[in-house]
Amino acid sequence: MATYATNEFRAGLKVLLEGDPCTILENEFVKPGKGKAFNRVKFRNLKTGRVWERTFKSGETIEAADVLEFSMEYLYTDGEFWHFMKTDGSYEQFAAGAAAVGETQPWLKEQEVYGVTLWAGDPISVTPPNFVELEVTETDPGLKGDTAQGATKPATLSTGATIRVPLFVNQGDVLRIDTRTGEYVSRAQG
Amino acid sequence: MTDWRPSCTLDVLATRADMLAETRSFFAAREVMEVQTAALAAHGVTDPAIESMRTADGRYLQTSPEFQMKRLLAAGAPSIYQVGPVFRAGEAGRWHNPEFTMIEWYRVGLDGEALMREVADLVDALLGPSDYDRRAYVDLVGVPVDSTPEDELDLRISDAIAKLKPARVFVTEYPAPQAALARIEGGVASRFELVVDGVEVANGYHELRDADELRRRMLRDNALRREQGLAEIPLDEAFLAAHAHGLPDCAGVAVGFDRLVALKLGAESLAAVMPFPVERA
Repeated sequence: MATYATNEFRAGLKVLLEGDPCTILENEFVKPGKGKAFNRVKFRNLKTGRVWERTFKSGETIEAADVLEFSMEYLYTDGEFWHFMKTDGSYEQFAAGAAAVGETQPWLKEQEVYGVTLWAGDPISVTPPNFVELEVTETDPGLKGDTAQGATKPATLSTGATIRVPLFVNQGDVLRIDTRTGEYVSRAQG
Repeated sequence: MTDWRPSCTLDVLATRADMLAETRSFFAAREVMEVQTAALAAHGVTDPAIESMRTADGRYLQTSPEFQMKRLLAAGAPSIYQVGPVFRAGEAGRWHNPEFTMIEWYRVGLDGEALMREVADLVDALLGPSDYDRRAYVDLVGVPVDSTPEDELDLRISDAIAKLKPARVFVTEYPAPQAALARIEGGVASRFELVVDGVEVANGYHELRDADELRRRMLRDNALRREQGLAEIPLDEAFLAAHAHGLPDCAGVAVGFDRLVALKLGAESLAAVMPFPVERA
């Protein structure tokens, strides 16, 4: 397996740290004027999303992780796995478990394209687009002409997610949602 | 298209120019003479933590002008200063660039205490006045220095220094094995560093004058280099001979000019205050 030395560390490099695939976020070269050099490195654990900080002596090496990210279309779930298909024309399919899908699950919509990270060929995380459009399957009837600023009510979406929406939203409306905050943005146009 | 432009703004260059002019007028007012020594020399430093760059003809780009400035002092020069480029292999990062500008000066007849006051005066002149604290090395690392491996000490002092902000702090009483070219008094090195807002900006010594002790330290450096698999550096006999002839009682200090510019401007890296940092030089 390939390894990287501290002088090759850079943001975005995928490495194995304590058995987990990580991406390097930051690599700071640290050296007291008359002392040994080392590297203070921040990693994001690609399985848990947690940020780790570790210190390496200059010249130390770390194993490369076979991690690649692909654009994939979400197909369906069988209840245990969520199935995705590469959009590069290969039609290659991958099954992601609940741990990989994680917090993206409420934003999974069939035929939408997601970023899927593979480690040694298996999905370990799924990243949604910043905005998705989802249909309201259940909410209290809309109040026509209600212009009260900031008043909201709960609405259930086609994926099962529940979000707060303005009072004028009706069942059957298609809403634009910011997946980074989980918040309503607008009613979808057309 | 090739990115040919400088990485810092023209305003930053103007600040650099102002600070250089201020530095020269500071020393002129104190009657410290400006000198220029060779950046390319026959010998390099033996310090195992500092790697010189070698040129194709076997010479060394200087990591500091210390050796030649001390030869000038031994030859009878009065207090002297120099502002110029120095080179260190493998040092690149947010606060490091393999080539950087150093202000280095030697004060005949002054000791470390008096030189610290002068360093504070220069920093006040360049960054604006402030208060200065003082911390002993052993208090900053928080472990006994005798029984702790040097690697761990280096790590601990770096972490402790990075947390000294916002502040101007002189770190003093370095452990004897880290004396470098400072004399050892009362079991500790007569060495100080100045930290400004978590960044090391100066390293000073009440200078070692004993030629035999100097040779022992350089030989010990080479022994450590062997242990660590680093190239041994031939001893600079001209530097040693100057000490045998006699170095005047003096204190000297090196200040990282680029770091001061960055601190003055609140920049987050050296690259922001250098026109052509290593990746685009």
